[in-house]
Amino acid sequence: MKIDASKPLEYSTEENSNKIFGFWVFLGAEIPLFATLFTVYFVMVNRFASGPSGSELFEIGPVLMETFLLLSSSFTIGLAVHAMRHGYKKAMMVFMAITLVMGLAFVGIEIDEFFTYVHEGATLQTSGFLSSLFILLGTHGLHVSFGLLWGIGIMIQLWKRGITPATANKTFIFSLFWHFLDVVWIFIFSFVYLKGLM
Amino acid sequence: MDLDKFKVHGEPLIYGAMISIALATIGILVGLTYFKKWGYLWREWLTTVDHKKIGIMYILAALLMLFRGGVDAMMMRLQTAAPEMKFLDAQHYNEVFTTHGLIMILFMAMPFIIGLMNVIIPLQIGARDVAFPRLNAVSFWLFFMGAMLLNISFVIGGSPDAGWSAYFPLASLEFSPTVGNNYYSLALQISGIGTLITGVNFIVTILKMRAPGMTLMKMPMFTWSVLITNVIIVFAFPVLTIALAMMMFDRLFGSQFFTMANGGMDMLWANLFWVWGHPEVYIVILPAFGIYSEIIATFSKKNLYGYTSMVFSMLIISLLSFLVWAHHFYTMGQGAMVNSFFSITTMAIAVPTGVKIFNWLFTLRKGRITFTTPMLYTLAFIPIFTIGGVTGVMLAMASADYQYHNTMFLVAHFHYVLIPGAVFAVIAGFHYWFPKVFGFRLNERLGKHAFWWIIISFNVTFFPMFFLGLMGMTRRLYTYSKESGFGPLNMLSFVGAVGLAIGFVILVYNIYWSTRYMPRDTTNDPWDGRTLEWATHSPIPLYNFAIVPKVETRDALWSAKQENIPLYTDTKYTKIHMPSNTGKPFILGVVFFFLGFFLVFSMWIPAIVAGIGILVVLAFMSFDKDQGYYIPVEEVIATEKKLMRGETV
Ligand code: HEM
Ligand SMILES: [Cu+2]
Repeated sequence: MKIDASKPLEYSTEENSNKIFGFWVFLGAEIPLFATLFTVYFVMVNRFASGPSGSELFEIGPVLMETFLLLSSSFTIGLAVHAMRHGYKKAMMVFMAITLVMGLAFVGIEIDEFFTYVHEGATLQTSGFLSSLFILLGTHGLHVSFGLLWGIGIMIQLWKRGITPATANKTFIFSLFWHFLDVVWIFIFSFVYLKGLM
Repeated sequence: MDLDKFKVHGEPLIYGAMISIALATIGILVGLTYFKKWGYLWREWLTTVDHKKIGIMYILAALLMLFRGGVDAMMMRLQTAAPEMKFLDAQHYNEVFTTHGLIMILFMAMPFIIGLMNVIIPLQIGARDVAFPRLNAVSFWLFFMGAMLLNISFVIGGSPDAGWSAYFPLASLEFSPTVGNNYYSLALQISGIGTLITGVNFIVTILKMRAPGMTLMKMPMFTWSVLITNVIIVFAFPVLTIALAMMMFDRLFGSQFFTMANGGMDMLWANLFWVWGHPEVYIVILPAFGIYSEIIATFSKKNLYGYTSMVFSMLIISLLSFLVWAHHFYTMGQGAMVNSFFSITTMAIAVPTGVKIFNWLFTLRKGRITFTTPMLYTLAFIPIFTIGGVTGVMLAMASADYQYHNTMFLVAHFHYVLIPGAVFAVIAGFHYWFPKVFGFRLNERLGKHAFWWIIISFNVTFFPMFFLGLMGMTRRLYTYSKESGFGPLNMLSFVGAVGLAIGFVILVYNIYWSTRYMPRDTTNDPWDGRTLEWATHSPIPLYNFAIVPKVETRDALWSAKQENIPLYTDTKYTKIHMPSNTGKPFILGVVFFFLGFFLVFSMWIPAIVAGIGILVVLAFMSFDKDQGYYIPVEEVIATEKKLMRGETV
């Protein structure tokens, strides 16, 4: 494998830079995916049938907490990549671990929220509005959960194999994914929760 | 457990199918064991990451599906050949037209094209491989397993029966209580993920792995068409992903997306389906335009006329394809303003398409034309597709569509675009590139026989349908009375369908015959081609090009031959990096198949196990350290020497 020392490690081979570019294209596909979910949500947002509406359901507390966690974790994954660029494996691992713990807490709060909704009689089956809410939040949450497993996998590889062109590449791509989820969450936070609470 | 739900309601035809599927499976298993081919199958095919072999598997699967979809078509034509036929009952007819449409578009036309692009694109751009070879195998196996999942529905549990467009509420649990539409949502989902991955893979391949010197505007037209197609895939398929997920939730978990009560909205499905569905039509037709462009240039011995306008017209078509979806349901109550908008955007597509037609005609003008089989299909495509296009513009007029909507006129129209626009193209491409892949041509005489059978019978089959539609025969009608007067034209159409079947049999026989008797081609360039795929050996060595070619002009090989611009400026061989085979993509496909199957039947625990299984396989793929291997220089030189002497390796 040829390594081009003039580039950051994660871009250093042709295969690596293709992978990063490929992941950008994949994120290109995630945009219509989430755009479809948002569209469905906006179409359905007033179709409560006999169920509750957003303003009756949403609570700002947990949502602010979720937002804080995800935004901070987007920052810490950035720090992890920064540490990686300097070759500080230990710091990198620590920042990744913090990222994943915050992600885990996010998922925990979201699951708790879902349970609360269901407890209040707001289920997937109740109304078009709730079906679309659950599928939008659920898809995002599933992405985060998948990210947790993926991140753990990468950490194990980092721990065992060190910072190599391959692991650096994976970490960088993971960070792109994580930032993307953050962006999607900002849309959810503004157009689902804040708008719903108004 | 309730075994009843696996059964399909009794009909002699279905039992016949069951028995033949069982016998064929046993036959294959016994055959593989008897000839000791398990190891060969595993090493050479199931674990391959070679884009050429993956392409061949796509094409084989597509041919198989052409047969399956064709049998469905014959059954429909037989059932409606005469009034009051008693061959299929209504439910069975519903299932047959649904699977026919699904299979033809998603499991025949699209994979056939993906197969051709797998084989040809890396060669056309002078690359040694695709960007992500292992992911490419994942794509194939997901497509294949999705196709198999849909196919077993016929004998296990029942096929989808709400049309290939699966409109709600018809496709809901209430009106479609068999597991058929569960199969629909899962089979399409699994193969759709595979297609999306293909889209990403080929965008990167084309944008990042072109031979030195090949700028975007020097790419062969087929490569351009494939690039644009894959961009459409990346933007359109996620919409289908979500729509199918919602469909699955409605049917399996009682959510309220498309229901008629509780705030659901059935038209949401129609919109989402066609936001994907219309671009899907272009996903199968744009590469066909690319194939035809290559063939016309080659067999007229001329540069393609209006290269730049060809590229731009494809770009415009791809943009417009996302703006026309509602022309599929003008009559479903969206008001005059909306209908007008979609009417105009639809008609606008005729403009860039017309540009392409004229470009092809100008390329032909004063060309030195040779009438080979691929060229014949191309020449037949132009007028037939134009009929399809003109009737399309007729359908695009919203007010007129109130008359044609859901009649046989529509069925005639879309077959007039899809069959020349996709099927003839893949057949033409198949004949054209066959010698590159296998090292010998298909027999021209047999090829032309098949061609005439297919072209004439095609028109006999589908032209009467325009009149049937105007007479008021609706689509998806399983029987009709004698008084309706539909009988004679339907009989004519049936006769045509038989002719088509004969044509396809000759085509397949040609493959068999040519494999046995055609002389091997020693030139590597039997058609006097223009693009890079003809600049390497046939059959293609594992590494495609021993030395990476250098491109200076649009038709690089043609310039090399005509103007003596050298293609290979490097003369030294080097070792070549290759990816190693892996069984994981295949295993991943199998696990996805089981996940789909368990979900279809709401078997939650096995489904969860399969879901975890997928994560485990993915983890194994991620932890894999395999970096591939190098083919040493000596071996490259030895292989090249052998190939140049005309031996096979
Ligand atoms: C080979 C000869 C073929 C014949 C004789 C044939 C015949 C038919 C007939 C009779 C129908 C209408 C069923 C009905 O409305 O009752 C139909 C529907 C359809 N066909 Fe074909 N077909 C052929 C090939 C193809 C091909 C190659 C494609 C696509 C690439 C295709 C795509 C479709 C689709 C999408 C439908 C609509 C299914 C639905 O209504 O859900 N067909 N075909
Ligand atoms: Cu359309």
